[in-house]
Amino acid sequence: MKKSVYAVSAFALCVAGAVHAEPQAEVLHYWTSGGEAKSVAVLQEEFAANGGTWTDMPVAGGGGDAAGTALRARVLSGNAPTAAQIKGPAIQEWYEEGVLADISAVAEENGWADVLPASIASHMQCEGTWCAAPVNVHRVDWIWANADVLAANDITMPTTWEEFNAAAEKLQAAGIIPLAHGGQAWQDATVFEAVALGLLGPDGFRKAFVELDQDALTSDEMIAVFDQMRVLRGYVDPNFPGRDWNLATAMVMNGEAAFQVMGDWAKGEFLAAGKTPGEDFLCASTPGEGFLYNVDSFAMFDVDGDDKKAGQALLAELIVGTKFQEVFNLNKGSIPARVDVALDAFDSCAVLSAEDMNASSEGGSLLPSYAHGMALRGAQSGAITDVVTSHFNSDMSSEEAVQQLASAVLNSL
Amino acid sequence: MQFLERNLPKIMLAPSFVAILIFVYGFIAWTGWVSLTRSRLMPRYEIDGLIQYQRLFDSLRWDTAFGNLFLFGALFIGISMILGLVLAIFLDQNIRAEGAIRTIYLYPMALSMIVTGTAWKWILNPGLGLEAMVRSWGYEDFTFDWLVNSDMAIYTIVIAAIWQSSGFVMALFLAGLRSVDGEIIKAAQIDGIPTWRVYSAIIIPSMAPIFLSAFIVLAHLAIKSFDLVIALTGGGPGFATDLPATYMFSMAFSRGDIGQAASSAMVMMGVVFAIVVPYLYSELRAKND
Repeated sequence: MKKSVYAVSAFALCVAGAVHAEPQAEVLHYWTSGGEAKSVAVLQEEFAANGGTWTDMPVAGGGGDAAGTALRARVLSGNAPTAAQIKGPAIQEWYEEGVLADISAVAEENGWADVLPASIASHMQCEGTWCAAPVNVHRVDWIWANADVLAANDITMPTTWEEFNAAAEKLQAAGIIPLAHGGQAWQDATVFEAVALGLLGPDGFRKAFVELDQDALTSDEMIAVFDQMRVLRGYVDPNFPGRDWNLATAMVMNGEAAFQVMGDWAKGEFLAAGKTPGEDFLCASTPGEGFLYNVDSFAMFDVDGDDKKAGQALLAELIVGTKFQEVFNLNKGSIPARVDVALDAFDSCAVLSAEDMNASSEGGSLLPSYAHGMALRGAQSGAITDVVTSHFNSDMSSEEAVQQLASAVLNSL
Repeated sequence: MQFLERNLPKIMLAPSFVAILIFVYGFIAWTGWVSLTRSRLMPRYEIDGLIQYQRLFDSLRWDTAFGNLFLFGALFIGISMILGLVLAIFLDQNIRAEGAIRTIYLYPMALSMIVTGTAWKWILNPGLGLEAMVRSWGYEDFTFDWLVNSDMAIYTIVIAAIWQSSGFVMALFLAGLRSVDGEIIKAAQIDGIPTWRVYSAIIIPSMAPIFLSAFIVLAHLAIKSFDLVIALTGGGPGFATDLPATYMFSMAFSRGDIGQAASSAMVMMGVVFAIVVPYLYSELRAKND
């Protein structure tokens, strides 16, 4: 009798094992710094709570370059991870290599199309099928300011670039560095795209940096963008080359400088230093309308085995689930990608960001950031950044910069 | 047994021969192949002509990087050799504490380029290093902002590289000086020939092979310079201090443009060949004579 009980239960276990594979996921990501590692731990816990086995594969360094190299090696050797942190058009680039999976079933079951802004959802789709899951939305076109410095000099947050220039002149006369900036190519590009969005408007920005329209790239408005960059060059201190972005943020924090143009990861620096938004520091979108987003996402790779496929589906479902979107983004300083998450726990800057995202999504001015690899593929955005940074760091004329911009883009295609 | 005796050297060398064949020459060939394709994120193998080389030579950034290679290479090799030679001659004057001084000059070679680059980044930073120091002494107008000036930044890399390797060149030359036959020098001194003539007409010409070795060592250091640039300027301001190696790295690993990376690697190899082949040729000819 006893024997047969064992036999039956052993048999039952085997059947259960075959039918219901335990979800497995190997996740390649580059969230290794303090706040980021904490954020990804949230996902791991939730995954484990749902009965999954998570194999962590963090690759530090190079803003994801090292992770990209590791991923390439894995895919080339035919051993792709379940999911990898990839963003923007790189997702479609990987899809063209024929290695991404189709997770449309999960996406449709959970109604992703209804809860994600349309332009962000389009990044997650590969020729009509869903192939990636968005994690968060960073806004890039922020301007941060030291509240005390502005009050002491009787300046309000600028709403046009002329106002910014006027404020900067005033600050300079008072012996304060108007713009805290670090001279690294991506930071130059971040400021450049904020200026471009303000001066070209959302449609002009889309033509130039999404569609790479040659006329838009060589237009008079583009010359004006480079002119404004030259003006801004006069507002940064002489020691800016090579400075890291968080050191520039620290300059705003301690009142050495007044403004910084940087994505909302800068907010994390302010908060970590115990500063309060609205009191110690101010946040506003850079002058002009529109919203430039930088969306982190996980692309799903084609894997064999039911356990891995189950893990992939579970992972995708959890990533876009409301609970994870809220907890993760509170840790990371960004805002949820889905629009139906309650924002009670978020700070005022994040709430502003979410409101602007919804408004610009309806107005058609929700645009991908070129400087952070959301609008263009690496070769094209790199070619633009080369021109932007070489103009900003030399005495090149704006006309020459525009000519170089057009030819560099053509050369990169 | 006799077979083993005759073939043992070949058997011993075979593994490393195969390894080099695959991992050096095999991958050179692979890179050459990929440089003829339209590879982007992943390598592809359909040959598409010289498109990558056209793109390479149309690219302003490559122009800067390639120009920098020659500017940096010429100054770095030239000044390191002159400085190394002068130091070696001074040390050769039977001075006191020669061993200690020699070690001091040779020491920078023991540092990695990353350390050298980081240290010089701080020294040359106008708000932090040399300029700030001289200004704090009261010379308010003193400016030394090469590091942040896109026209001059490449020279800061030259300075740091020379600091790193001139001691090594000195050691090479010192060995060369010591190997010159003392009898000849004594004979020249008895004939009343001034010391500078002894050096310029006898000792230095007899050191020609040392010059050649120093040149080859420095030239390959210059061409593969990468870590120093990354640590000191990160290729900036803008891309003013890019070198071909940093260009290749950014194309391959951050831009997803493997075709460009492969073609720039092939051009770099061409430059190395242009230097090494004449050297090998002269070496081989000397042996055959």
